[in-house]
Amino acid sequence: MTYTWDFHSVWQYRDLFMWGLWISVVYTVGSIVFGVLIGFLTCSMRLSGWRMLSFIARVYQEIFRTTPLLVQLLWFYYAFPLLVGGNIDNRVAAMLTLSLYVGAFYAEIFRGGIVSIDKGQREAAAAIGMSPWQAMHRIILPQAFKRMLPSFINQSVIQFKNTSLVSVISVADLAYMAAVVNGQTYRPLESYTVMAVLYIAMLLPMTQIADWVEKRLRVSD
Amino acid sequence: MTATSLSAAPAPVIEAIGLRKTFGHHEVLKGLDLGLARGEVVALIGPSGSGKSTFIRCLNRMEAPTGGEIRFRQKRVRDGFRDRGEDLGIGTLRRHVGMVFQHFNLFPHKTVLQNVTEGPVIVCKRPRREAEEEAMALLEQVGLAEKHSAYPNHLSGGQKQRVAIARALAMRPEVLLLDEVTSALDPELVGEVLAVIRALAEAGMTMAIVTHEMAFAAEVASRVLFLDQGVIAAEGSPAEVILEPTNPRLQAFVARFKG
Repeated sequence: MTYTWDFHSVWQYRDLFMWGLWISVVYTVGSIVFGVLIGFLTCSMRLSGWRMLSFIARVYQEIFRTTPLLVQLLWFYYAFPLLVGGNIDNRVAAMLTLSLYVGAFYAEIFRGGIVSIDKGQREAAAAIGMSPWQAMHRIILPQAFKRMLPSFINQSVIQFKNTSLVSVISVADLAYMAAVVNGQTYRPLESYTVMAVLYIAMLLPMTQIADWVEKRLRVSD
Repeated sequence: MTATSLSAAPAPVIEAIGLRKTFGHHEVLKGLDLGLARGEVVALIGPSGSGKSTFIRCLNRMEAPTGGEIRFRQKRVRDGFRDRGEDLGIGTLRRHVGMVFQHFNLFPHKTVLQNVTEGPVIVCKRPRREAEEEAMALLEQVGLAEKHSAYPNHLSGGQKQRVAIARALAMRPEVLLLDEVTSALDPELVGEVLAVIRALAEAGMTMAIVTHEMAFAAEVASRVLFLDQGVIAAEGSPAEVILEPTNPRLQAFVARFKG
């Protein structure tokens, strides 16, 4: 192996990498925000006690948890428009799919956290006259939140990696830009290595934080 | 009771009328009646599965009865949380009828003081300062004032249960329901909890107590109910029910506890 590394040619395209990274961050943060809202709504439906609502939420969750994200992206970008007639912007399709995908998982994390709280807590809250809503937000959620946090952070880390799939519907994220740079420089080793290093640089601190949070919560339990 | 016993019996604070409860096909309560007069201490005893816990849990609607009704201060308790018309809501009932559980159920994310002030501040909307002062007095009463800033995980079982009692008392309840409050405690910690309950009884608190502590029931109760297979099988003074039982099943039950 006498490969001569040449990062110089790739370095010329650093703006593209930075822009791609920024786009990846935007899609991650955006889909996490929407995903939390969707997850919260779905979780509320699951726990509402209304069988119809619970069933609808369940169906949504299972569809999005049992199909690969790539399949979902392709479906929303290429198939969904035919169904409703018209076009869908690739960025809208990407954000929509990412949000629905992560929302299904968040809903399960939220639900798991809530149902893991001992029923005695709900009873004790009820016994001092709290309404179900007061019991939920004063007693159950603060405890459930602590239990959800590690899984929530882990899912969000995965979400950042998952955004790389939006490149297949031509959203100019980090993975897409790496391919562009490769096309310009014919330097796949450098282009894709830079991309990988950027992903690691973004996520290593996140996984460290996740570990730290998990350890801290375990101590305080 | 010498003066009032000549006239009609005083109206009960809380009463159960024809209370029924079924779980699936299993009928746990088969139409029970009970009225608690102000200041009365009623002990409910009976074998496990006799329905005594279910019964006491119906009194504050922790369980929804399948039939019959609960009345509080002569008012019917309805199924919803809020009052409607003449009927009381479950929320109102629970604000006046406290409950202490077998497994304490303290709020682990709140300090001892916060556990006690949570109800008064959030449910009764009392000013926090006032609620804290009252809570400190209650913690003093149960002997735990110095633990006010501790978290429940750092307390012994007996201490937790005493905090739970203070938490219930902070609502200034008219009735206190105690559901096997010493059953989860190590034997050496039972005494400190019973002492608190004894003091409450002496102070005139109206209480319904589900317990396996026969000697304690005999000492503190003004009336004892023996529940068996979902009905009140015997009822009377502690002397009649615990000390000199006549019902054969009751005799067998009490004998086991006397060892």
